[in-house]
Amino acid sequence: MTALAAMLVRDMRIAVRVGGGALMGVLFFLVVAAMVPFALGPDLELLKRIGPAILWLAALLASLLALDRLFAADHEDGSLDLILMGRAPLELVVAIKGVAHWLTTGLPLVVAAPIIGLFLNLDGRAEAALVLTLLVGTPALTFIGLIGAAIAVTLHRGGLLVAVLVLPLTVPVLIFGVAAANAVSSGPAPFGTPFTILCALTLASLVVGPFAAAAALRQEME
Amino acid sequence: MRLTASNLACRRGGREVFAGVSFSAASGELLAIRGRNGAGKSSLLRTVVGLVRVAGGQLALEAGDPELTIGEQAHYLGHQDALKPSLSVRENLQFWADFLGTGAAAIGEPLAKVGLDTLADLPAAYLSAGQRRRLSIARLLVVTRPIWLLDEPLSALDAAAQQSLTDFMRTHLAAGGVILAATHGGLGLPAAREVWLGQAPSPLAGEGWGGGSGAGATTSTPAPRLATPSGRSQREGGEES
Repeated sequence: MTALAAMLVRDMRIAVRVGGGALMGVLFFLVVAAMVPFALGPDLELLKRIGPAILWLAALLASLLALDRLFAADHEDGSLDLILMGRAPLELVVAIKGVAHWLTTGLPLVVAAPIIGLFLNLDGRAEAALVLTLLVGTPALTFIGLIGAAIAVTLHRGGLLVAVLVLPLTVPVLIFGVAAANAVSSGPAPFGTPFTILCALTLASLVVGPFAAAAALRQEME
Repeated sequence: MRLTASNLACRRGGREVFAGVSFSAASGELLAIRGRNGAGKSSLLRTVVGLVRVAGGQLALEAGDPELTIGEQAHYLGHQDALKPSLSVRENLQFWADFLGTGAAAIGEPLAKVGLDTLADLPAAYLSAGQRRRLSIARLLVVTRPIWLLDEPLSALDAAAQQSLTDFMRTHLAAGGVILAATHGGLGLPAAREVWLGQAPSPLAGEGWGGGSGAGATTSTPAPRLATPSGRSQREGGEES
């Protein structure tokens, strides 16, 4: 097995085992989104209008939940030292850790979203659009989050700091993700434009995130 | 292969940890790094592998692989074990074999050598401190790298494990490897030379290592000790220093 494949398998194994926190994000997502109809009352039109925004917000917060442990856990037990001494480029290792994190926390959100969509009175087309935007947009959240996780790597309680650092950077993703999802469910605006920009944001974050996070890690290890 | 440091300096957190450290270690040589607590033994090892930036002086590796950094040709056995508690012994070792190594290395034999083959399927969370240490040592055996940097390698190990680590080190040196070991006690092997960091060795430091190892534990030949005028750093022995 190559170094990167080994890293992917290891991170996914750790995430799905006891204490790994893979399902924490999706549980948080389900709880938050399921509470909204109770808070807002049985106004179906209102729920339908704000449903995509609620789900996107919940997904955003849920995907940040386990992020602070991404590098901090490896830093605390000394694994990060050995990772830095490995022959695999750090940028690729960071990217593969991001992929593993998305597969274990981001992808379950995408799968769970249609169920919660029912709570929020979304019809079939709106749900399909929502799932599509989440599928395309959540990798961007993870890869932008890599930067914050790398910056906070040496802090023991870096969770909130990661969220504060990362949330402003995720605003464009949120705007265009919700815009695309809303375009199908309520708006007269076209779906294609915001969706294309969302795709572009994701592609950019896939490139920028690993490089920035790797640079931050190298700096932090000094 | 020859690892050479000249006038190496290290700063951490704005504080000078050590400066003017020079040493040289050729293939088959064991270098003992000594000094009191906080003198910078671990920092020196971390500087050599590139985990801490070199603040001054030079590090060079002759006859190594020019494509790779020193860190990429070295094993670092630090205070932390780099083990994931939720993964089994086998999974932990297999991961490092795959990540640090080049190909499919067999992990069965190294596990048996460190006496953990019967625990291969146990999650690492249930290992004792000594067993965790043994599992880290197995990493050195699974992936072949010419330079070993060991930070207090004998800590937490029982007499038998100390003896086997000494044997692994002897085998590594015989195969042309280089070992730098930070230690307060002995290593069970004669060091080619010693590098002293910080103040001159007090009568308490560096004397006999109190045994523990059942067999073959010999105190290293004490090298002549030179105090530099600054008293900040000293280097020892060695024909080329």
